[in-house]
Formats: sequence, C-alpha cells, structure tokens
Amino acid sequence: MQIGYYPGCSQEGTAKEYDKSLREILKILNVDLTEIDDWSCCGATSAHVTSHKLSLALSARNLALAEKQGMKEIFAPCAACYNRLASSKTELQNHQEQKYEIETIIEEKINNIPEIYNIVNFFQKVGKEKITEKKKTDLKNLKAACYYGCLLVRPNGINTDDSEQPDSMEEIVKATGAQTVDWNFKLECCGAAHSIARTDIVVDLSKKILDDAQKHGANVMIVACPMCHSNLDMRQKNIKSKFSDYKVIPVLYLSELIGLALGLSKKELGIDTHFIEFDLPIKNNVQEEVSA
Amino acid sequence: MENKNQDPKIVAFVCNWCTYTGADLAGTSRLKYQPNVRMIKLPCTGRIDPVFIIKAFEKGADGVLVSGCHPGDCHYNAGNYHARRRWIMFHKLLDYLGIDESRLHFSWVSASEGKKFVDVVNAFTNKVKAKGPFKKYENINKEFVING
Amino acid sequence: MKIGVFICHCGENIGRTVDCARVSKAAGFFPNVVHSVDYKYMCSDPGQNIIKQAIKDLQLDGVVVGSCSPHMHEKTFRKAVADAGVNPFLCEIANLREHVSWVHDDMDVATDKAIDLVRFAVEKVKRNAPLKTIQVPVTKRTLVIGGGISGIQAALDVANAGYEVVLVEKEPSIGGHMSQLSETFPTLDCSQCILTPRMVEVYQHPKIKLLTYSEVEKVEGFIGNFKVTIRKKARKVDDTKCTGCGDCMQKCPIKKKALSEFDENLTTRSAIYVPFPQAVPNIPVIDTEVCTYFKNGKCSMCKKVCGRDAIFFEQEDQMLTEEIGAIIVATGYKLYTIDKKPKNSEIKGYGEYGYGKYKDVIDGLQFERIASASGPTSGEFKRPSDGKEPKKIVFIQCVGSRDESKGFSYCSKICCMYTAKHAMLYKHKVHDGEAYVFYMDIRSGGKMYDEFVRRAIEEDGVKYIRGRVSRIYEENGKYIVKGEDTLAGVPVEIDADMVVLATAMIAQPEASKLAQTIGIPYDKYGYFVEVHPKLRPVESSSGGIFLAGACHSPRDIPDSVAMASAAAAKAMVLFGSDMLEREPTIALVNENLCAGCFYCKKVCAYNAIEVKQIFDRQGNFVKEVAYVNSGLCQGCGTCNATCPSKSIELIGYTDEQIYAEIAALM
Repeated sequence: MQIGYYPGCSQEGTAKEYDKSLREILKILNVDLTEIDDWSCCGATSAHVTSHKLSLALSARNLALAEKQGMKEIFAPCAACYNRLASSKTELQNHQEQKYEIETIIEEKINNIPEIYNIVNFFQKVGKEKITEKKKTDLKNLKAACYYGCLLVRPNGINTDDSEQPDSMEEIVKATGAQTVDWNFKLECCGAAHSIARTDIVVDLSKKILDDAQKHGANVMIVACPMCHSNLDMRQKNIKSKFSDYKVIPVLYLSELIGLALGLSKKELGIDTHFIEFDLPIKNNVQEEVSA
Repeated sequence: MENKNQDPKIVAFVCNWCTYTGADLAGTSRLKYQPNVRMIKLPCTGRIDPVFIIKAFEKGADGVLVSGCHPGDCHYNAGNYHARRRWIMFHKLLDYLGIDESRLHFSWVSASEGKKFVDVVNAFTNKVKAKGPFKKYENINKEFVING
Repeated sequence: MKIGVFICHCGENIGRTVDCARVSKAAGFFPNVVHSVDYKYMCSDPGQNIIKQAIKDLQLDGVVVGSCSPHMHEKTFRKAVADAGVNPFLCEIANLREHVSWVHDDMDVATDKAIDLVRFAVEKVKRNAPLKTIQVPVTKRTLVIGGGISGIQAALDVANAGYEVVLVEKEPSIGGHMSQLSETFPTLDCSQCILTPRMVEVYQHPKIKLLTYSEVEKVEGFIGNFKVTIRKKARKVDDTKCTGCGDCMQKCPIKKKALSEFDENLTTRSAIYVPFPQAVPNIPVIDTEVCTYFKNGKCSMCKKVCGRDAIFFEQEDQMLTEEIGAIIVATGYKLYTIDKKPKNSEIKGYGEYGYGKYKDVIDGLQFERIASASGPTSGEFKRPSDGKEPKKIVFIQCVGSRDESKGFSYCSKICCMYTAKHAMLYKHKVHDGEAYVFYMDIRSGGKMYDEFVRRAIEEDGVKYIRGRVSRIYEENGKYIVKGEDTLAGVPVEIDADMVVLATAMIAQPEASKLAQTIGIPYDKYGYFVEVHPKLRPVESSSGGIFLAGACHSPRDIPDSVAMASAAAAKAMVLFGSDMLEREPTIALVNENLCAGCFYCKKVCAYNAIEVKQIFDRQGNFVKEVAYVNSGLCQGCGTCNATCPSKSIELIGYTDEQIYAEIAALM
C-alpha cells in the first residue's frame, strides 16, 4: 500500500518520536509513505488566527502539490495539520469563487483534492485486523484513555466520527490488545499554544484532563497530536510541583502504542524521550513461548 | 444572474403534482432563476411521449427539461416509473437523432423542492448556454417545403 | 373561435415586474383573440364581472386568464366562465405570478416570458373540448389512521354525525402519546383523566369499528370510493374470548427482558402485556420476540392460566378490506432520540449531552412518565440511576429543533410550554429543589400560554438561562452541565442531579412509507403536506384524504384536536351529497383506430382499461378494443403516451394540444 505523507513541522521537531514510531511500525505493516515533495506550512496556529485566506492558501498549496505528484490519498499524522488540510478541502470544494481566488494566489490549479486521513482514519484504512494479526506483545495491562483533543474530529462534518462523542480511536486501541476506559474529557482543551506564554493556564487545563482520565481508571493516555502530547507529557512536572499529591501518568502517541503491540522496543519507538517515563508491565508473547 | 437574452430556448415538460407545484413554491418563496425555461404542464410524466421531446427540438428548442415526482411519490402511483423506463430507451436513440445527450435533462423535483427546482433550472440553462444554439434541425421544415 | 384574454395585475404582485398593459396588447394580436384587457384584481368580484360581461357582449367561446398559479384560482375563473354560459373547460390559466413575476426581476424579460405563456394558453384553449364533469357515487364511511388524540377526536366527530368510521391503530391500544403525559399545560389537568373517557367512548360507539394492532397495507381507488386493505396483526389472543382479567400477565415468567414502550424504557413489562392498565381495548398482546413459547416452545403458562381459553398461539395476521369514502390521516409524531449520530444520517446528533450514556439524562416523554401518577415512580421525583430525589434539575430546550447544523431547522413548538410545565411540576413537589431551564427564545404564543411561563418563572422560581449547553459529563454522581448565559455574557456550570432534554418532535419514521401507500405528498422531514398552507390546511392534495394532528407538523393537544375536528368536518362535507363531481380529464378511446393491442391495459395503474367487443349490425364479432372505465380512470395519461396508434387520448391533454403548445413556444 502506498500513501502520500504530509509530516508537518512538528514531526521534525518536538514530535520526532511520533514520526520515528510511525515509520517503524509501517515497515512492519508494509505501508509505504511518499512524502509530498517541497511541502510547506499547513496554515495552522499563527496563519489561521491572523488571516483566513492565508491559512487556506497555505493548505491549498500542499494539496495542489500532492495532486500534481499523483497522490490520491494523503496522511497527516498531526491533528492540527489534518484539521487545516481537511477543513480547507471542504471549503475549496464547496465555494467555487473562494477556490478561484486561492488558485490565483498559489498559482496552481486544484481539481481532484486527495483524500485526507488523520492517524485514526489512516489505521482504519490500513486495517485494524492487520495490527491484531502482527501483534507480538500483550498489552492487556494497559488501560488507555483515548484523548482526541480539539482538532482530530472537528469541525462537525469533516470527519466520519461523531464530533462530540467519538469512539474511532478506541477501536484501534482495542485492536492492539490494550483496554480502553470511558471518560469525560476526550475533547476538552489542553491549553494548546498557551504552553509557553501562559504555562499556568496549560497546567490547570491539562491537570483536569489527566485527573479525569485517572479517576476513570486509566493508566496511560493515548494522544494523536504533537501539541496535546507536549502539554500533557511535558507539563506534568509543572502540575506535580504545584499539586504535590498529583500522580503522574505516561502519555503515548497512538503510533507508539501500536509499536509496542508489534513488539518494538521503547527505544526504537522513541518512548524513552518522553518526560514521563513509561514503565507499565507489558509481556512479550514470543519470549514467553520460548521460555515455556 | 438575470439573463436579458432569451437564448437559449428551453422547453420543460413537467408534471402537475410535483414539479409544477415545486415551481409554484419557488415563486411563493421569491427565489430567482433564469427566464429561459418555458413549461408545459402535464398531469404526469407518464403522459410524456418521447415524440414531444423531438418535436420541441424540431420547433427550435435548444434544450429540453423533463421533471416529475420522485420515484415512489407519483400521484398516479406509477406514472413516473413508466417515464423513467421510456427515458432509458429513448436516451439511446438520441445519438441516432443527432441530438447531443447533454441538451436533455431528466430530474425529479417534488412539490416541496422549490430550491431544487431553481438549482436544476439554473444549472441546465448554464449548460445549454455553454453548448450554444441547436442548429441540426434548422432546415427540416424548409426541406419539407422544397421536397413536398 | 372567439377568445378573450384577461391579464391580472394581482395588486402589484404581477404588475410590479410584468408590464401587464404590454402583455394584454400583445395578446390582442394573437389569432382568434378578439378581446384583451388587464385589470388590478381579476379574481375579485368586479374582475370576474369583467370576464362575464365580455363573454356576453362579444359572444366569447374561449377564455385565457393570465394570473396566479392554476392551483390557486383555476376553479374560481372556470366557475365565472361557466356562470356566463361558457363551458368551464374552455378556460385556461397562464401562470404569470408564481412562474414569472415572483421569480424574475427584469421587467422586459418577465414581460416577454408572460407573453409567451399567454400565447401557449391561447393555443391550448383553441383545442380544448367542452367537457362535462363526471358523477360518481360516495361511500359514506371514513377511515381514520392513528388512534392518538387527533384520531380519537376525528373518529368521534364523524361517528357522532351518524357516519360509520373505521379507526386503525398500529399499537395494541389507542391513546397515543397523550396517554403517557402526566399533566397538560396550561391548566395542569391530568392527561389520563380527560383522555380515557374519550377512549372508552370510541370503544363503545356503535358507529366506530376499532382495529387496534393493525396497519393500513394498501389503498386503492379514489375520493369517495377507496378500497383499503388493513393488516390485523396477530395478537395471539382471541379478542372475542378475552375478558381482560390480566391473569396471564401476572403469571408470565418473563418480566424483566422487555422494556416498557409506554414507560419509555424506564420499566419492564411481561411478554404478554397490555401497554398500560387503562388500555382500550383491554386485551393483551404477546410479544413474540421475547416470549419463551415462540423461542423454544417450552412455556405456555398464559395458556394454562387463562380461564376463557383465549390464548391462541397459532393465530396469524388477518387481512381485511374496507370500502371507504374519506381518509383522515392522524399518525402523530415521535421524539427524536439523540444518543448517538445514526449511521448515514444527515442528523449529526448530540453526543456531548450523553443521552443514552447517562441514566439520568432523559428526554421529555421520560420525564412525563416519572411525573405521572401512573408512572414507574408513582409520580414521585426519583432519578432513574439510583432512585434518589433530584435536588437540582437542568432542562435544555431546542435539542434538535431550530438547529440546522445538527438537527432540524424547524421549531418543535410544544417544548417551551412543556418544559415550563415540567419545571413547575417539579417545583410543586420538591419545594427545596432547583430547576434551571436553558432556552434560545421562549415561544409561548397561545391562550394563557405566556401567563403560564411567567408563572413558572415568577411564582415557582424556575431559573431561566438564555443560552446553549455545550457539554454534560458525570462527576461524583453529579452531572456537570456546561453552558453559556448569553444575556450576562458568562459561561455557566451547573452540577445537576438530573438533566431533561426537550428533544425535537419528528415525523413517524415510517411516515413516508405510509404516504406512498396512500398517495399523499410529504416534506423532507416526513411530515405530510397540505394543499394550501393558509386556506386548505387540513386537506392533502389527494382528494378525499385529510390530515389531522402532529403528522402534519409539530403541534400541541388543542391544536391537534382542532385540526382533527376540521378534518372530520371536511369528510362530512364530502358525505353531504350522494354523488361526487370529478374532473373529466380522463382517457378516451377512438374505437375506429384501436387495434386491441392492450398496451394501455398493461400500464394502467388503476385497472381502468377494460376489453370491449365490437359487433357489426348483424351481430357478428368484429374486434376487441380498449374501453375506459370513467369511474376508475384518474387521468394520468400514461396510456396515451404508450399507445402505438394514438387511439387512446387524454382529454384536456391531447397530443394535438401539446404539439400546439410546443409550436407556440418558439
């Protein structure tokens, strides 16, 4: 299977391990990713809060490149990239005049915009049974709280899942053998880009999310967004220093969880680079069979 | 969007119960559409003889629109099913008749779909306009005179 | 032929965009047109007199009126023409309002189009034949579909006037949603107390044939002469023997598996059951989905305990046919269930409210059951999850209504009132309780309605917050309701013990299927459509089929009852005469041309084509030809289009007329 790949800026910076783990597991699952040549910013954050047209044009440029390079489907692992690309796709398809204007700005024609997958859609496409098939490690000790964040399934209508009560990520997590918990704050705000300027806000918001997940029995958080990951993972130390009775909880990317299931090591997946150490007991079925 | 020019000329064969009433609804909702379509009201799309369509082209129409109740909603139970079957057969003869298939449009517009009626009329008018006038039958009547 | 053309300005409705003087002037030059005028209101009395006078003065024998849609005033003008002595079918309408002036802006373009439409009508009327209306007999029996309050009211009204009624209800009992309600606004009288006497009256009425647990399967025929096939579903109980003692229900070992539909899934019922104790008829039904006997044949407890030997496991569905003259459709509504976005649906759902996930987030009808003295808690306020008395209830209005992005764009009309009622009922019983209502607008038009809402706010202290709720989640046994107070401009968070969602009223899920069965139009939501929204609000466009209650649009009890009585009156108008006049636009066979291929017979949906044998003067058989039964033919014209020799023609829409119209177009 061959799919276009839009890594986005985080995959080469703060979320290096997200990219690394993805590439590792896709080797095992036999999926080839072709990076969009000459990709640029997706139009998130600074662009879309200052100029709607700019954010649209930035997305459109990447979509036009993908189309020109013959891609029918593209995969954007970062939730913000996915959200920008998918929203722009909907907008370009539904507003002809807007589309003409954007085409003039980017000096490219847009005809058939490729399908855009977020990480959950992507693994739905790959097939969760493929994960179950190649599973090597028993993850049943993991009680995962799937955290979608604000971008992965919104706005209403760009994604097939319910934008307010989603459950598609749980399906993939269950395929790895881990358990999932039912909790309240799957979509609550983590504080996002306030992380640097107003750490206090992020500390409060992230704590709410992490507390609720633990209260409902979770021992690991599963995320699909570099921003969510950095807030929930990195800011736990700040939470701990502010609230001494706070209990930390490891935060994994969905790809890392799948990687563990497929038998990859924490180092191979980059889990060792996280702030909160992942030290939950998991069993390697293959080794067990050998020792037995 | 108003088109001053009366070209192209489009004839619409519509049923009384759904599309004609849908066009009435477009009126009561004050939706605007292009003025090129002239409607001929029939009780049911089942009444439409394919010859009507050929006749319209012969008399100088540049496009023909046929519209009735959605399948299952026919006021006369099954008239639109007959229309649909005839359409499937007739459709294949168009090429033989020298009529470009895109000059003929078949659609379902119900009595509650005033907006859809407007969309169908505008889209079809634009399509026919882009095609230009239908000239294949221009000399038919003249030839008859010469030969006859 | 001498034709008169009359162009109406419709006040300014046509005159504003169509140059009526130019149209009438142009029409004056059309062949055969001898008279052409325009006037401000042609449909008014003086307007009609202009037409009548012209007919008399100029001996006109054809009339074309350029006015509003023929669906609006064709009848008016045809009658005026007939009054002046010309056959009404020699009058044609050019639709200059709905199809011209209201849909175009440019005066020149609109006027040109108007002239074209008048030319068509002139060409058509030239070829019209003088026709006589057809007389058909009327069966003076009414079918009422649906046994809720609307159906009950309509049935009683028609029956009390002395006409027979067949009342069909698909559930085991009549009563509908009204029987589930606790108390009704704005008087707060008990719903069951006012409804059950009516239900009994229906049951005992000598003119009403009550068919519960039955559904309409097929409708044939036409106004005054319907033939209706009804499926009487198998109750598995012989209703002639059953006395309604209830022993079978008490002994039925299955008590927990089936959820009670009547209690909106808040309680369970036995496999053999009546929906509620006051059910009419009080005859149980066996739910074959859960009954052990129908699963493995092992239990037959009910049969053993029945003293009358009324249990009849082998009973099968029965088909009944009824001769009917008028049909009143009163199939009611359903509440929109919002637990999760249904697959492949346009409705996006309200997952954020946790309905279906949290036991104490309930809908309006569930709250009615809890508040009802006959309900699962005997009218005491206890929440479903743990039976504790809720001290704080949040009510959310417009869940699904007035929400184009996630639900339906229409207003469900009753929720403002019933939410005020709910909050009031709660405050009357739980004095120290707090009731909050999130609303968008309060729409309480109606007699004593706004006063009622004011009472809830001012006397009972219900707290109204203008704004929407974004999310509900559970925390330590409380439901955290996060919303916005748009008047104060602040976010609000309420820790409620229970949440009640005023979910939208929607059409019955099978409404469109029923509409197709009986042949009436429905809108995109599945609500049935009336002929004219103002002047003919209870008639469907199919003759002899009338609409009553919430199957037409969301409405409350007084509105439904009023509409039901109106529909009943319409049915009785039909029964006022023995013969009925029908449009004469039917098919006619030219027996000389007909070759007897009978393709027409194959395509006719009404079985209106018969085989007629032709004999010569000596009595020798010549040939078989098609013959149209004028009582059955509905005038669709499918036969005409099918006929290879064009020997069958639809009067009023003959090939000649249509070709003339086509020719006039260009």
